[in-house]
Amino acid sequence: MSAVAARVPVLEARGLVKHYGVVTALDGADFDLYPGEILALIGDNGAGKSTLIKALSGAIVPDRGEIFLNGTPVHFRNPLEARRNGIETVYQDLALAPALDIAENLFLGRELRRRDIIGIVLRVTDRPRMLREARAHIADLKINVGSMKQSVETLSGGQRQGVAVARAAAFASRVVIMDEPTAALGVRESGMVLDLIREVRARGTPVVLISHNMPQVFEIADRLHVMRLGRRVATITPASHSMTEAVALMTGAASSQGPTKG
Amino acid sequence: MLARLRWTEFGRDPGAAIARARLISTLGPLIALLLASIFFSIRTDRFLTTENLSLITQQVAVVGVLAIGQTLIILTAGVDLSCGAVMAFGTIVMTKLAVTHGVNPFLAIALGIGVCLGFGVLNGLLVTVLRLPPFIVTLGTLNIAFALTHITSNEETIANLPDPVVFFGNTFRFAGTTITYGSVLAVALTLITWFVLTKTVGGRHVYATGNNPDAARLAGVRTRRVLLAVYATAGLLYGIAALVLVGRTGVGDPQAGQSANLDSITAVVVGGTSLFGGRGSVLGTLVGTLIVGIFRNGLQLLGVAAIYQFLITGVLVILAVAVDQLSRRRQA
Repeated sequence: MSAVAARVPVLEARGLVKHYGVVTALDGADFDLYPGEILALIGDNGAGKSTLIKALSGAIVPDRGEIFLNGTPVHFRNPLEARRNGIETVYQDLALAPALDIAENLFLGRELRRRDIIGIVLRVTDRPRMLREARAHIADLKINVGSMKQSVETLSGGQRQGVAVARAAAFASRVVIMDEPTAALGVRESGMVLDLIREVRARGTPVVLISHNMPQVFEIADRLHVMRLGRRVATITPASHSMTEAVALMTGAASSQGPTKG
Repeated sequence: MLARLRWTEFGRDPGAAIARARLISTLGPLIALLLASIFFSIRTDRFLTTENLSLITQQVAVVGVLAIGQTLIILTAGVDLSCGAVMAFGTIVMTKLAVTHGVNPFLAIALGIGVCLGFGVLNGLLVTVLRLPPFIVTLGTLNIAFALTHITSNEETIANLPDPVVFFGNTFRFAGTTITYGSVLAVALTLITWFVLTKTVGGRHVYATGNNPDAARLAGVRTRRVLLAVYATAGLLYGIAALVLVGRTGVGDPQAGQSANLDSITAVVVGGTSLFGGRGSVLGTLVGTLIVGIFRNGLQLLGVAAIYQFLITGVLVILAVAVDQLSRRRQA
């Protein structure tokens, strides 16, 4: 699963800049995501990881710089536009509505409507079809959560994250972005979510993963994008660098000459 | 196989507790309604007569309609203190136009409902555009509507209303009981709202917005549009409640509806809808409205002084909120 430099990146960014008042969150950041890979985004707090992700998922609009989807320039003004282009994001813990059931959460914001007249005029939902398709999506990722009519609050943290990932995977035709998907989970549940991420990759969708958990990142990622002070300082692989070396790059203790930089 | 076992093992415990809490909030109001009815049937001879049941349906119709709008707003984790005052202003506008200014009664009704809709839109814009808390917004519009009611009416009750304005006070006989069209309208509006809330895309978005606005917004729900629609619809319903009220009393009364905001909130909460948003049902609100109505009526029949009805209502509402709060705390 190593990156092939000759291929066109699925998602690419060049020279992204974002200021918040006097704070510079992104200072000319580049980004490349290749087909079929799990790319981990690592960096110290305030390095600009979240801002970069937000720019890629349409949650913020960068002040400068360009974003390319399959080589074509794109300008996302909001998360909806990014999603329409096949980029789905799993947010840390505000992804689901706990009182709604699994099927409703999976289709939240893009409910399936009945195809007859009452579906078109009165916008009546097609509940049976949503339940059926939700079951298929959940089964697709081998998540065991029982009934699709269960409200999400009855699920464990790992199961909830499973539903959030399933939603992203079901609708992401190009990219899945995950912001700290295991931060709130125990060891065993984290393991389950990591399996899910691999499952998403196996189905052909590349994944961008933000994580603070170095052992986890080294276990799962094909490549690591290291950020420092609002820029990409290196792109490394678990094979090319040790965890200590990665941390040194993050903190600026080591020089930023990664072998596959650029 | 191992993975399968692990998934289920984690999900079990919180699930059972929440299912129990949900059952309590759904069945609780119905059981309370049943017990109250049985109690008053045993203690008084007059409770279970057709005349009295007919009276109850007439008494609860106005609050029943208001409470539908209140349910919509509470489902979005808001609250509306202005509903009673807005309704009162609506009654004055429609009766004053029809009687004093000789406006066509149907146009007068439309304008009366229109000002209520206008207040709903105003509430909605203040909540969504200025992002002010609903409690404060509706406290403000409560006072504005209250003042406008008294200014436009000159503190005078408006009588001699033309027929169309009092239509919903008309009655028909059904199964030996006298029923007003206003009561039928209240039930019909409840059923329509239930359908919209549970079966349509917009209705599900109301629940999602109330339950987790951030998640809803990130999932592509236009939450501000949902909120605006909810406040506007509630305003429209207050206008309809105004029409039902005028039909029931036969006059435009500037003093009307002063406790209707708390009555409607009580009905919603007793009916099992959570003040924290995203959970509940407008059918529960109908049951809640009946519970409050039956308590008022039954205590009256028992000869209990009116002030104790307030006491009982207060206890009911605290009890309902406590059940809701405790069931939420357990799952945290």
